[in-house]
Amino acid sequence: MKPLAITAGTVLSAIGQGLAATQDALQARRSGLTPCDFAGITTGYVGRVPQVENHTLEGVHPGFSCRNNQLADMACAQPDFLHAVADARQFYGPERVAVVLGTSTSGILSAEEAYRTSDPVTGFPPSTFDQSHTQDMFSLPRFVAARLGLEGPLLSVSNACASSSRAFVDARHWLEAGLCDAVVVGGADSLCRMTLRGFASLGLISDTPTRPCDVERSGISVGEGAGFALLEREGARPAAVPMARWVGYGVSSDGHHMSSPDPLARGAVAAMREALVRAGLEAEQIDYINLHGTGTVVNDAMEDHAVQSLFGSAVPCSSTKGWTGHTLGASGIIEAMFAIVMMRAGFVPGCLNVDRVDPTFKSQILTDTLNKPVRRVMSNAFGFGGTNCSLIFEAM
Amino acid sequence: MRVVLQGVSVWGPGLSGWSHAARVLRGQESWEPAPVQVPPAACLPANERRRCGPLTRLAIALADEACAQAEVRLEDVRGVFASSNGDGAVVDGILSALTTPGGEVSPTQFHNSVHNAAAGYWTIGHAILSPVVALGSYDWSFAQGLLKAAAECVVENAPVLFVAYDLPIPGPIGKVRVTRNTFGCAFVLLPQAGQNAICTLDITHTAKTMTYDEVSSPQLAELARTNPAAGGLALLQRIASVQAGAVHLASQPGTIRVEVLPC
Repeated sequence: MKPLAITAGTVLSAIGQGLAATQDALQARRSGLTPCDFAGITTGYVGRVPQVENHTLEGVHPGFSCRNNQLADMACAQPDFLHAVADARQFYGPERVAVVLGTSTSGILSAEEAYRTSDPVTGFPPSTFDQSHTQDMFSLPRFVAARLGLEGPLLSVSNACASSSRAFVDARHWLEAGLCDAVVVGGADSLCRMTLRGFASLGLISDTPTRPCDVERSGISVGEGAGFALLEREGARPAAVPMARWVGYGVSSDGHHMSSPDPLARGAVAAMREALVRAGLEAEQIDYINLHGTGTVVNDAMEDHAVQSLFGSAVPCSSTKGWTGHTLGASGIIEAMFAIVMMRAGFVPGCLNVDRVDPTFKSQILTDTLNKPVRRVMSNAFGFGGTNCSLIFEAM
Repeated sequence: MRVVLQGVSVWGPGLSGWSHAARVLRGQESWEPAPVQVPPAACLPANERRRCGPLTRLAIALADEACAQAEVRLEDVRGVFASSNGDGAVVDGILSALTTPGGEVSPTQFHNSVHNAAAGYWTIGHAILSPVVALGSYDWSFAQGLLKAAAECVVENAPVLFVAYDLPIPGPIGKVRVTRNTFGCAFVLLPQAGQNAICTLDITHTAKTMTYDEVSSPQLAELARTNPAAGGLALLQRIASVQAGAVHLASQPGTIRVEVLPC
């Protein structure tokens, strides 16, 4: 593929707000996971962003107020990112900047609250429940476009835990088809009862902080977060200073099962292989793989199988879910921003909370920081429904 | 963007598959709305068929009819699935369960609650690795989905299956997000004309002003207003007419103009 430039980016997760705080926490190996105490649920650990519930939205339709949009707003509020978006808006015109965002559950917490106070006789939710501006999937890009003053076409991508990775692919289709000149791509997912209870019902919540790739790993810690990147054609806006290039992607389905990955990893292998082919790269030209690495028994085993079948043990790999928890549909953009942080600072972080790497794993699993130049990162995301997305980013 | 329509499907009240719906849309048959009898999802094994609900059955029926008509190999087709409401019955079931003491939810309902569930079942049913994206764009789900599907077809230079489908939502959400009918439609788009192509679609988007055309029958126009997937009825009517002409669809923001040219 013709590479696209990432000219600005921002990230928010339990380990911090913005790229500098994120780099600090990754290098200090400081996890954001805390015992879960959310909406009366106390199972396992969560990667919760402080003060989201107290954050207020300004300058937009008040109906947009919900945890998910508040997270998105907090992520947006980084001066470098806001300046870059304003410059792109000025240069191309607001109607030429699209907004393509991934989310798995949008503002569902608002619907959960509404159900608790619905009228038992009429069945109506309370009048304060603004469905279209909160729970609806389209709420997020509508809000972000209003927040950033953008008037290009909008899209919500909801491919479960691969949502904001897949959003890059959909953004590229609109860019390359000429429907826009720049895209704010990314996504947000926020804590809610549905995901906490839902993963618990599947027996997938770890009692301890998640420990991806450990022989005794026992599930995920749910997290929340948001991130955004400004994607443009290379060289189209002379004043732009790219942070990184996006050079390859692969997308596939498992065609296997709704919530269990294919143990043969055919879909995951297909996505990673396609990403290499589109980037015109050999496996050994990847310096680091940021695994989806959720910490469930089956995901990590499947992913190791997939990685080693393409890369052997030549490429260092790790999961960063031990820092943030599994931020579901936001994990793709958050980990894309982590990749940029790592390439700029020259390090890769080993998995957190690992006592002993699963001895059946054959890929090169890191458990401590490795300081080295990082030119290219592959970033994986897989989701329910058997959806796979692999992205490759390259340093400038 | 110019794409070729190679297969099409419609299922809705009184619209039972493309050949029947086309006769109704051309005015050759009167529209007699009746509950939708969607064919069973024959591609799914019995256990998966039991787990999936009417929304998935609708999406699979649409996808299967459009792909059969287009005579494409399913492993070559990239999917774009667009639904405003997703599986409202599943979400209502979970949200109701969350208000009960203990708040325990069903694991099957939980994995069926993802917006890409119908898309996932489609790939499971046909055991295909083709990529599928699930979109949700509220009242503009048909228009945004078509814009995405056409762009993917042109940029990837590959066949794209576009499915738009929505059902009424039960429970409190359905009181405020009112969808009155079952409706869905599907297109198979190709980057170049093959044999038996139906028409070409020349698609442009303008972000500045919003205009839209309505389907000519007032009753069908009401259906188009009360189901997000039916936002494409005016375009479907133009396609069924086998007459060249342009159709405008409300987008977010702006307007999508589709120039239809029969093959």
